Amino acid sequence: MELFNIALRGIFIDNMIFAYFLGMCSFLAVSKKVSTAFGLGIAVVFVLTITVPVNWLLQEFVLKEGALAWLDASFASVDLTFLQFIMFIAVIASMVQLVEMVIEKVSPALYGSLGIFLPLIAVNCAILGSSLFMVQRDYTIMEATSFGFGSGVGFFLAIVALAAIREKLKYSNVPGGLKGLGLTMLITGLMGLAFKSFIGIAL
Amino acid sequence: MSAEANVIEEIEVEEVKAPAEALLSKRRRKVVTDPLVSENPITVQVLGICSALAVTVKMEPTLVMAISVTFVVVFSNLSISLIRNLIPNRVRIIVQLAVIAMLVTLVSEALKAYYYDMFKMLSVFVGLIITNCIVMGRLEAYAMGNKPYDSMLDGLGSGFGYAWIILTVSFFRELLGSGSVFGFKVFEAIGWDSFPKLGLMVDPVGAFVVLGIIIWVQRTKTGYVEH
Repeated sequence: MELFNIALRGIFIDNMIFAYFLGMCSFLAVSKKVSTAFGLGIAVVFVLTITVPVNWLLQEFVLKEGALAWLDASFASVDLTFLQFIMFIAVIASMVQLVEMVIEKVSPALYGSLGIFLPLIAVNCAILGSSLFMVQRDYTIMEATSFGFGSGVGFFLAIVALAAIREKLKYSNVPGGLKGLGLTMLITGLMGLAFKSFIGIAL
Repeated sequence: MSAEANVIEEIEVEEVKAPAEALLSKRRRKVVTDPLVSENPITVQVLGICSALAVTVKMEPTLVMAISVTFVVVFSNLSISLIRNLIPNRVRIIVQLAVIAMLVTLVSEALKAYYYDMFKMLSVFVGLIITNCIVMGRLEAYAMGNKPYDSMLDGLGSGFGYAWIILTVSFFRELLGSGSVFGFKVFEAIGWDSFPKLGLMVDPVGAFVVLGIIIWVQRTKTGYVEH
């Protein structure tokens, strides 16, 4: 139940986009068509569900203060926290590469539709952000997995919804300066306001 | 005799070389000023919005964030530009990420040591400078193909372009949301105690709306239209 709750929080209340502004770059750039937004969303869910637990293991058994004690008692005082950023981003970049290769082998059709988005994801703030939040909130590994999945679904929901709205807006007569980015920001604001109504939901 | 010959030779060599460019020539000034308005990383190129909004509730953390990002852009541009001919094309992304991550770690450790309250307030967003698209974007688009000094100037321009936008956003959010500027209670100081604080501005929603309006105003002024 607790796990489900964490996932639900990630999807609706602490939504990556509307509450933390993470992954905005791809959120704005890849939301012109529903089909491409769908592809990117799925890829993000996929990568988040894998990288957050992997980074959890890394944090727990390598980086945390005293984490290396399982190797030898003399390592118990070693604190590698300062390597956190560089290790996390390396893990993310290599996981993305790995996921890309696996998908290419297993399902060429899925690879065809996700192909170009996968490398983009390595530098998506939402991925690194989730890993950093996971450390900050002291999750267990199961909680971390559920949090990663929830955050991914939240991002997926937001980007597909925005793409749908932008497709409809294509035929509207918008003032020149507001076209594109300006209007998208305002719409995102309104969507964020709608998502506020989920605050307080808990199971 | 031979010394004279040397001097003549040197003069000849110098004549062949193109005259050295001034430290702040017109072209270089343009490299710095272009990203401020017409090529602004946030409002025109749509980069770096991820971290731009999250820290803009108050002006002080925003200023720290702006300085950190400018530092990281300038020095990652410099380092990548220095080693640009040594980086194999296929692994350049990971090399760039390693350089950026190192610089961000420096910033984060410095904040932790000297400004711990701010470090706590910014929390994960210092780390997220790594994935700030401005940094990556400038490395790919500029530093990989230009000389170190020019790349530094380009980084400086992009950093300032980013800084003034997020400072403007945070100015409006703090003024309307908390009634203060840099923590100084403006409305109480002028005797308007009953100033109604706009809760929406403290909320993430306020950031989207303020930035949307800034983009609108700026693009209307420069006449830039997206297609």
